[in-house]
Amino acid sequence: MLSNLGNILLFLNVILSLSIIYTANRNLKISGGIDKNIFQLSLIQSTSIIICFFVLVAAFIVSDFSLIAVYQNSHSLKPLFYKIAGTWGNHEGSLLLWAIILAIFSFLFLVYNKDHPKKFRLLTLIIQNILILGFLFFILFNSNPFSKISPIPSEGLGLNPILQDPALAIHPPLLYVGFVGASIYFSAAIASLISNYSERSFSLSIKNWVLISWCFQTLGILVGSIWAYYELGWGGFWFWDPVENASLLPWFAMTALFHSLIVFEKRNLFYFWVIILCLITFTLSVTGTFLVRSGILNSVHTFASDPTRGIYILIFLSLMIFGSIFLLFQKYKKENYDLNRNSKETFILVNNWFMMFYLITVLLGTIYPIFTDALTDNKISVGPPFYNAIIFPVVVVFLLFMALGPKTKWIKNKFENIRIYFLILAGATSLNLAIIFFFKSYSLLSNFIIISALFLIISSLMDIAKAFKKNKIDFARIISHTSFGFLVLFIGLNSIFSLEKDYNIKLGETKKFENYSIQLKNLDLKNYKNYQAIIGKLEIKNLNSNQINILNPEIRIYNKPKTLTYEAAIKTSLIKDYYLTMSNIDRSDYYNIKFQKKPLMAWIWISVIMIVVGGLIRLFSNAKNN
Amino acid sequence: MQKIIKIIISFIFLFVISIFYISLTRDTNYNTSSLINKETPEFKIISFNDSNYYTRDDIKNNYTLINFWASWCAPCRIEHPILMKLSQTKNLVILGINFKDKEPQAKTFLSELGNPYDLLAKDKNGKHSVKFGIYGIPESILINKELMIIQKFVGPLSDDDYNNIIKIIE
Repeated sequence: MLSNLGNILLFLNVILSLSIIYTANRNLKISGGIDKNIFQLSLIQSTSIIICFFVLVAAFIVSDFSLIAVYQNSHSLKPLFYKIAGTWGNHEGSLLLWAIILAIFSFLFLVYNKDHPKKFRLLTLIIQNILILGFLFFILFNSNPFSKISPIPSEGLGLNPILQDPALAIHPPLLYVGFVGASIYFSAAIASLISNYSERSFSLSIKNWVLISWCFQTLGILVGSIWAYYELGWGGFWFWDPVENASLLPWFAMTALFHSLIVFEKRNLFYFWVIILCLITFTLSVTGTFLVRSGILNSVHTFASDPTRGIYILIFLSLMIFGSIFLLFQKYKKENYDLNRNSKETFILVNNWFMMFYLITVLLGTIYPIFTDALTDNKISVGPPFYNAIIFPVVVVFLLFMALGPKTKWIKNKFENIRIYFLILAGATSLNLAIIFFFKSYSLLSNFIIISALFLIISSLMDIAKAFKKNKIDFARIISHTSFGFLVLFIGLNSIFSLEKDYNIKLGETKKFENYSIQLKNLDLKNYKNYQAIIGKLEIKNLNSNQINILNPEIRIYNKPKTLTYEAAIKTSLIKDYYLTMSNIDRSDYYNIKFQKKPLMAWIWISVIMIVVGGLIRLFSNAKNN
Repeated sequence: MQKIIKIIISFIFLFVISIFYISLTRDTNYNTSSLINKETPEFKIISFNDSNYYTRDDIKNNYTLINFWASWCAPCRIEHPILMKLSQTKNLVILGINFKDKEPQAKTFLSELGNPYDLLAKDKNGKHSVKFGIYGIPESILINKELMIIQKFVGPLSDDDYNNIIKIIE
C-alpha cells in the first residue's frame, strides 16, 4: 500500500516538473508577469514531494518490510528515533531527501526574487526543474525507495550499530541542504548566462542562498567530525577520508563564492568568476555524490557499490559539466579588471586564490588514487601526511591575509599606521613565547601557525573597538573571522599538547607517566540483550592537583556472529578531554589500554559553531535590509 | 589563444569523466578473492528439516558447493535450474543455506522449482553467513576435498559458472 502510494506520488512529481517546465517556457514568450499557475504548480510540487517523503518515513516507522529499503536498513526492534533516521540513512531514502530540497529551494527562489527580471526567474525555475527531473528519474528507475520484495521478509536486516548515533542521524540532512542547496545558484547562474542578466543585482538574488547552503554545509561537516571523534575510537576528528573530502570541496567553492559576491555586488566586478564558482560548487557536490555512491572509492563510508548507479550519476554529471562549459564559452567575454594592488577587491581575490589552492589540493588528493589505479593499475592511497604537508604551511599566510583583508578600503587602500600591525605581530609572538615558556616548545611550523592565528584573532578583536567608535560593527564578519582564528589556534594547540600513552595493564596495576597515574581498579562483566560487555574501571589521577577521574571503557562481545567492538570512554571538560580505549590481549590477563589527553576539544567544536553563527548573522541582516 | 584554452579545458573534463567511467567498470569494493585458497571456516549450522547440526565434518572428502539462497530472492530463481543441473553430477555435494527466510515459503519454493540440495541448512538471521563473507544473496562457494575454498561466485550462477564447476570437479 505505502509502496504504491509512494510510487504514485513520485510519478505525480514527474508530471508536475514537466508541466512547470512547459508552462514556464510558454510564459517566457508572452509579456506581463509570471503566470499564477506556475506558483501554484511549484507549491504543489514541493508539497507532494514532502508527502512522498513522509510516506517513506511512515513505512520505516511501521516497519513495512515489503519495501526493500526498509528491509535492508531497519529492524522492528530499533528505537523509533533511529527508525525515522533510517529513512535518510540509506542511498534511496537520501535521494528522496535531495529531491525535496531541490523542489523547496526551487519554490522559495521563485517566491523570494520578485524584483528580478521575469526571464531570469523563469529560466532558473526551468533549469532547476530539469535537475529535479534528473533526480526523479534516477529515483524511479534506479534507486526507488518504494521497490517491493516478495515474499515479505519477517524481519529487517537492521542498521550497523555504529551508525545508530544521534549525531549521525542529523549529519546527512544538514549536509544535504548544503550540497543540494548549491543547485539553486547553479540554476540561477545558467539562467543568468542565457538571459544575459549580468547586472550586479544578480548577486542579490543568490547571495542568501549561498549563505544558507554554506551554513548548513559547515554544520554538517562539524556534526560528522563529532561523530567520528566519539564513535570511531581513534581519538581523531578528521581523517582526510575521501568522503570527508567530498564534503569539504564544495565548502571551499562556497566560501570563495560568497566572498567574490561581495565584490560583484559592490563593484560590479568578477561577474564570470562568480558564475564559474556557482557552477563549480554544485558540480563538486554531484561529483562528491558520484565518488561516494558509485563505490569507486574505498573509505569508511562505503555504501554498497552498484555500477549502474554510478553510470547514471556520471551521465548526469557529464551533462551538467558539458552543458555549462558550452554555455559559458558561448557567453564568455573577457573582463578587464584594473584592480589596485592594494584594495579590498584584491584582498578578496587573494582569498579566492587560497580557496582554489585548497580545493585543488584536496581534489587531487582525493581522485589521484582513482587515476593511478585506472591508468597504471597501481593502488596507492593519499593520506593525512600529504594534506598536512601541503595545507598547513599555506594556512599561515592565509591567516595573515585574512587579518589584513577586512581592514582595506574599496578601490584604493592605504595602510595607515602600519606600526599597529607590527605591534599586533609582536603581541602574538610574545603570547606564543609565553605558551612555550609555561608549557613546552614545539616545531617551527607550529610556532608560525599559532602566531598567525593569534594575529588574526587580535586584529579582528581590535576591529570591534574601532567599529564601536564609528558605531558601525560588522558582527557577522568579525565573529566568523575571529572564530576561524580560534579554530586554527585550538586545532594547533590540541595537536601540540595531545598526550597519548599505550600500556598493557593487569587488574590492580598502576602505571605512571608525566604527572598522571592510571590504575585498572576493576573489571565488570555485564550481560545485555545481544552482547556481553567487559567494563573496565580505570582511575586517572592528576598527581599535581590530586584530581581523580574514573573512566569506563568497554569491550563488547556480540554473540552472533562473535564480534568484538571497543567502546571508548570519553570525559569531556572545557579544558581537556580524556579519551580511553581498552582491548583484551589473547591468552593473558593483560589488557591493552590507550590513553589520550586531548586539550581544548570542546573549543574546536565551539569555534566552528561560532563561524556558522557569523554566517547566520549575515543572513539575518541581509533579510532585514531587504 | 582563447580557443586553445577552451579546447584544453574541455579535454581535461573529458579526461576526468572517462577515468571515472573506467573506474566504474572495475570492481574495487566488494572483493572476496582473499577468501580463495583459504581453509573453510569452522561452522555449526542447524539443519533445515530437523534439529541436527552440520559442521565441516559433513562436507569432508568431497567437492562441496555451498549455496546461499532465499525464497524472496529473485535472482535465486534465475540460478535454480543451474543448481538442478549440478545436482545431477556425481562428485559434488551441494549444501544449501536458506538465508533469512520463512520456512513455509522456502518449502514452497523448493517444491515448485525442485530441490537440488544434498544437505540443507538454515541461517535464520544471517549471522552464520557472515563467516563466509556473504554480502548479498545468491552467492556460492566451491570447496575442495581438503576443505579449501577454491572459488566464490557472487550473484546468480551462470552457464559459464556451471561449465567451470564441472571442469574443476572432474
